[in-house]
Order: sequence, then C-alpha cells, then structure tokens
Amino acid sequence: MTAPAIELKGISKAFGPVQANKDISISVQPGTIHGIIGENGAGKSTLMSILYGFYKADKGEIFIKGQKTAIPDSQAAIAAGIGMVFQHFKLVENFTVLENIILGAEDGALLRPSLAKARSELKHLAQEYELNIDPDAVIENLSVGHQQRVEILKALYRRAEILILDEPTGVLTPAEADQLFRILDRLREEGKTIILITHKLREIMEITNTVSVMRRGEMTATVKTSETSPEHLAELMVGRKVLLRVDKKPATPGDVVLEVEGLRVIDEKGVERVKGIDLTVRKGEILGIAGVAGNGQSELLEVLGGFADGTGTIRMNGVTLPLMGKGADGQSRRHAGIAHVPEDRQREGLIMEYTAWENVVFGYHLDPEYQSGILMDNAGIQAIAQEKMDRFDVRPPHPKLAAKNFSGGNQQKIVLAREIERNPDLLLIGQPTRGVDIGAIEFIHQQIIALRDQGKAILLVSVELDEILSLSDRIAVMFDGHIMGERVPDQTNEKELGLLMAGVTQEPAADAAKVVDQQFALQDEERGGA
Amino acid sequence: MEKMPHWADIVLIPLISLFLAAILSALVILAIGENPWAAFKLMVDGALMRSSGWGYTLYYATNFMFTGLAVAVAFHARMFNIGGEGQAMLGGLGVAYVCLFIPWPHWSLALIGASLGAAMFGALWALIPAYLQAKRGSHIVITTIMFNFIAAAVLNYFLVNVLRPPRSMDPATKTFPDATHLPSFRDMFSTAETIMFRGAPANVTFFIALAACVLVWFLIWRTKLGYEIRAFGHSESGAKYAGISPVRITVISMLISGALAGLMSVNTTMGESERLVLNSTEGAGFIGIAVALMGRSHPFGVFLAAILFGFLYQGGAELALWTNIPRELIVVIQALVILFTGALDNMVRMPLEKLFLALRKKGDA
Repeated sequence: MTAPAIELKGISKAFGPVQANKDISISVQPGTIHGIIGENGAGKSTLMSILYGFYKADKGEIFIKGQKTAIPDSQAAIAAGIGMVFQHFKLVENFTVLENIILGAEDGALLRPSLAKARSELKHLAQEYELNIDPDAVIENLSVGHQQRVEILKALYRRAEILILDEPTGVLTPAEADQLFRILDRLREEGKTIILITHKLREIMEITNTVSVMRRGEMTATVKTSETSPEHLAELMVGRKVLLRVDKKPATPGDVVLEVEGLRVIDEKGVERVKGIDLTVRKGEILGIAGVAGNGQSELLEVLGGFADGTGTIRMNGVTLPLMGKGADGQSRRHAGIAHVPEDRQREGLIMEYTAWENVVFGYHLDPEYQSGILMDNAGIQAIAQEKMDRFDVRPPHPKLAAKNFSGGNQQKIVLAREIERNPDLLLIGQPTRGVDIGAIEFIHQQIIALRDQGKAILLVSVELDEILSLSDRIAVMFDGHIMGERVPDQTNEKELGLLMAGVTQEPAADAAKVVDQQFALQDEERGGA
Repeated sequence: MEKMPHWADIVLIPLISLFLAAILSALVILAIGENPWAAFKLMVDGALMRSSGWGYTLYYATNFMFTGLAVAVAFHARMFNIGGEGQAMLGGLGVAYVCLFIPWPHWSLALIGASLGAAMFGALWALIPAYLQAKRGSHIVITTIMFNFIAAAVLNYFLVNVLRPPRSMDPATKTFPDATHLPSFRDMFSTAETIMFRGAPANVTFFIALAACVLVWFLIWRTKLGYEIRAFGHSESGAKYAGISPVRITVISMLISGALAGLMSVNTTMGESERLVLNSTEGAGFIGIAVALMGRSHPFGVFLAAILFGFLYQGGAELALWTNIPRELIVVIQALVILFTGALDNMVRMPLEKLFLALRKKGDA
C-alpha cells in the first residue's frame, strides 16, 4: 500500500479555553477526495489552517507522503505541495488572471519572463485539467465560478499535489458548483489529492471517497462515503437524529396580502436590477423566489423592506405603499405589518457589536413598548430578550453577549425571534439558512412553516434550490430582473427550475453543459457591463 | 469570546501606555540635560499640590472635556469631527453676542444664555460640513479641517471690523458687563480665613462640563437617539435596514458635537478672559481628539483624559516657568501621550491579550 498523501496524527489546538481541535488524526490516500464535514465552529477551518501553516498546533504531527513535515508557515505548506482555495478568494481584483497566478511566485525582478512562462504553463494546465480560462481577463470581470478556477490554477501553478478547498460552493450557483465538481473529479483522475471542507451533506455524498465528521473540535468518525447516508452523517455531525426533510401540511391560502405590480429597481450604479415584475402573496402561503444570486432578488427584498428605491406599485392589504421618498423606509414598512429577515444578517439584520438584547429590538427600538419616559427601557428590553432567546433556543442564552460572539445559526435565530415575534402580516425572508448549521436549519424551517400555518404570508428568497423546493407552496423563478415563470413544487423538479434560472423558458436545451455555459456568458456580460 | 477582562481593556492599557510615554519623555528630558525626576516633581507640585495649581488644571480640563465629548459623540456615529477648534471659535462669537448685547440681571441667567449661544453657534458651524457629508458625500474630515480656517477668518473679521471698540488697536471685544461675571473657584470655595484657588481661572463652567459628561452618557447609552447613533456608527447598511435615516443621524450627531465644542468657549471667553480675543481656543479643539481617543469615546474616559491633559498643560507651564526646559518640550510630552494612547494602542494591547490568554490557560489547567 502506498503511503498516504497526507496524514495527521494527534493534532490538538486550543484558543484560550476553547479547544478548537482535540487529538485529531486523519489519513488521506493519494488520488482521492476526502471530505471533512461538520457544523460551523466544529474546528474544520482551524485544522486546515494548521495544515496550511497559519496556526501552529499545540500537539501532533503532520506526515506528507509518509515523511514527517513541519509546516511553520504557508511558504512551507506550498513547498510541501499543499495548495489552498479559501472560501473568500485572495485575488487582486484589478489584476489579470495571469498576473494573479504569478503573484508571489515571480521568478525575477522583471515580470515579462515570469508572465511568458506562466502563460505557457497555464495553457498546459488548461489542457491537462480542462480548466479553461482567458489568461488576460481581469478578475473583477469574471464570474465567481471562474474566479475560483483562478484560485485552483494558482495552487496548481505552484505544483500543489494536495488541494484543500474550504467551503468552495458557498458562493457558487448550483450550476457553477456542478462545474467545480467536474473539475475536482478530473483532478482526482490525474492523481491529485483533494480535501473538501463543507457543511453540505449533498456535496459530500456526490463527490468524496471518504468523509471525516467533526463535532466540537473532535473527529467523531471517518467513513467510506459509499457506506454512509446523509441521515447518518447528519446524526454524526449534530450528535442526535436530525430531520432533513421539512414536514408540512398543504397550504390553505387566504386573502391577498402583498401585491406587486410592474416593480422596477435601478441600483446605485444606474443598472436596472428588477425589470418590471408582478407578484402576489396570500395569507397562509410561502412564495419562494428561486434564482441564481444577483438576478434581482436582493433588490426586490430591499425595495419591499423599504431601504432601496423603486418604481411601480406595491400594495399591502390593499393599501399602496410608497416606493421612494417619504414613507419608503424600514420604519414605515414595519408599521405596515412587514417584517424582514434580510439576506445579510451581519451587515443588515444585526449590529454585530451590539449585544443580543440591543439587537432584539433593532428596527423596533422606537416602539413605545420599549421606552420608559424619554429613555429606553433597557432593563425591560433585557427581560424581553431573555424570553425570546429562550423561546428560540438561542445558545448561549445570554442577552448581554455581543451578536458577533454567537454562531451563524444563533445569530439568525436572534433575527428570527425579533421579526417573527412581532406578529407581522408578511414576512420577507432572504437566505434564511445561509451559513447556518444543520441543527439550526431544522429549527428555522420549522419556525417558517409554523408562521405560515398561523395564516401569515411569507416571501422567501433563497439561492438554495433544495430549500425553495422543500419550503415553498409556490415558486417563482427570477432571472435577469424578470420572473421567468411560476411553478408548484410538486409539479416541477430541479432540472426545470434550473433551466428557468438560466433564463431558458422554451424546452429543450439538449445538454446541460450548454445551458451552464450560456449562463456563465450572460453573467460575465452582465458583470462586464456593470 | 472576550480576549481579556473588561477592566484591563479600559484601565490597564491606558495606564501602561501612559507609563511608556512617561519613560520616553524622561529620556527626552535627560537628553537635553535636565533631571526628569525633578521635572516630574515640579509638574506635580505645580499642577496638583496647590489649590491654585488645581485651579489651572481643572480650567484646562474643562475645555478638554467639552472638546473631547464633541469628538466622542461624532465618533459614535463613525465621523471624525476635526472641526472642534473652529466650532469653539464660533461658539466664542455666540458667547460674545449674548454677553454684550443682552442686559443680564444675574450671572446665572447670563450663563444659561451664553451656553445656549455658544452651543448654537458651534452647532451651526458643524451643520454645514454635516449637511455636505450627508447630502453630497463630501468627507467630513476634509470639510471640518477647512472650516477651522474659515472660522479663524470669520472670527478675525468680526473682531476687527464689527466687535472691536472704537480706537482700540486690539482685535478683541470690550470687556463683558459685570453682571456676566461667572463665579470662579476662588469666589466659590474661599472662606474668610483662607483663600483658595488664588488667581486660578477655573470657574463654574467646570460643573457644566461635568453635567455634559453625564448627559452625553445618557444620550449615548440610554436614549433612542443614542441607540440609533451607535447603530449607524457600527453599520450604515444595518441602520438603513432598520429605517434609521443616515442623513438625519449624520446631521444630528454633528449638531450635538458642534454644540459641545462651542460650549468650550463659555469657559474661556466668559469664565476667564471676560471678553472675546482672537486666540481663545488655544488648540483645545485638537486636544479634544486625543482626549476622546484616550477616553475610548466614553464620557467617563473623556473626563479622566481631560484631567490628565489639564495636568500636562498646567505642569508644562510650570516647567517653562521654573526650569530651562522649553515650553515646546511639553508639546513633545503631550504628543508622546497621544502617540502611545491613540496610535500605538495595539502595541500594548496585543502582548497583554496574549498574557491574559496564557494566564487563563494556566488557570484552566
């Protein structure tokens, strides 16, 4: 048997009182894809940072191809043949692909020889791994998927034999993710070793050979992917049985709550993002908006939530709401009975430096209920916050802790507690489970369904097709600022929705790859034009 | 998780920074051939050991409290108001108009009137940069710096062409009427037997500054407005989501900031010189930035930092008076304090955080 491409023995790392990694051992065979799965904060990223030389392990040893190797910094990691693709790309936006690839690996003081060398090398890599990319394209004009390819090429250019990818699909569309997996597959065929860090079970099942599960800093299991199931992995991750499918009764839609007619939104750069859309949402139903990120869904939510301007008509319970100027702000929308869980909880939904209790009234802080004379009733708010945090199972249940100290899932629960408990007529909810761990996803989905069953109207925007399919009662697909069509979940499938998301209304697009390329072309065009 | 206890953050770090600044200052004094220990003793003696010394220290501290609070309030809305100097100058104009042209029956009423005048003029001077920032996106740092120069020119114009008494060659107003004389610490605290605070300029305005500290604390941490100001300061996108108008918060927090800076001139103009002179602000507007930085934008921190800078000011004057150490050296010392407490904060913070982590680990083990 060949020596493992990489082997960790007894790795431990503590940050103060937090034991981020505890006696972790894994062994990855060359030419395989090894998945590492675990909830947020389970210690996956710490482990990889140790492997890449960002942190020094308190204890433990690293073996590369059977040889004990010390990795004090990332230079050493690169020298040992390890390449890392970070979740947030480390690319210089206004450099070309070629310039980014040689950055930090230039051969001499003059650029020209390095660039020429890189150009021929890139051509070679492109042929070998089918990683086609225009070497002279400027990064900021590339789609996210293509930017990620540049990151992979960067690692390969530095002769990486072991590739670590940290949550690589977090920023990708389903189609882009599929392409990435095809690339990874190809790399595996060529004998590279890949470590894939993710919290998405589907990805693990789809592409890995073996999978290690981490929970609270410990490696709870390492299994062959072919011998496990998503349910089993979820249980290993969370430590209890998890319901992966959402249980819900059929919807009983009532009166129309929200009507949108001819809504148009032009963003700050003067680009039209929403190009005349019509929607209705009724009591007791969930309307899901599917679509690749950046096709106008965010702007739709922002206008409905009152913090972006638009034109057209929106009516809430029959009353027309202003779309710009006076009365078009978050406060007025809340008075009209609209609650909003925004897509980006860290930039919008929460003030990260604020304590949980301050966040529990954020946006409703002018409400007379929270005042005591001319001052805010801080003690009262803290008591209310404690109650809400208990009800929504926010952990740790400390109202005085700053929002930034909670995990993604618990941050989202704080936002949900705030918005749902105000008993709105309409809930706008964007990417409800982005960056949220499995245990919390289950809870959040249950809360959304429960709100629907109370007869509330819900407008759900998500780029996770699974989520849209399992929660929605109706699905509208957005592409390039238009609604391409509406479907009922039971009568559609991912393929049909995927085509609509790519802007294809007419059947048939013979092969999926063509659609995907078309979609990339459209996205690139859009970015280039913006 | 907090890296170290709260008290270490707010007490230990400034103290260590201060200590480092003191050591470096001592080396500088040593380098010019003076005895640093004697110099330090002289500063303490002159600023803190006699009531008249305290009278000066607290007088300067009053100025720094106002300007420090002004910078702190703007900081909470993530704005850097460098225009405290100009706002204070215009505040002085407000005080002069109120004192010269309204016949006040009693100093207490005059104090209220002059405070309102100072606050209003200071606030109005801050309003223009605030409006430009909120509506036109002109950066507040640039505009407030420029407005300092404009304020100096405006003040000059008023003193030379409008408020100067006939036949006077001095660009200053005439002395304010007696009824506007504010009780000094000497008036307030001396008894028949002992005279306290002899010759010192500290006056009743000090208590207004203390009240301002308390009010700013309430404003920032207990009111809806303070909640919105802080939210806006932390995240503008978050504020927009919540329906907090960025324009409104920008303008209101700058108005408050300008008003606080303007109030400083009640102390200098009405409390000390009893007339408006050209350079009454003496750079206190800029010291306010250091005070706010060192005080971590917290009113209590601002209070302590203002006292410290008051001490440095008064102690420095004593040094210049009794030793061969030039007055400029005190600027060097002040600059060192600012450098260590403001700019080099992380130099002290990071080793200290490591130390606390190590200690905690040991405790756990």
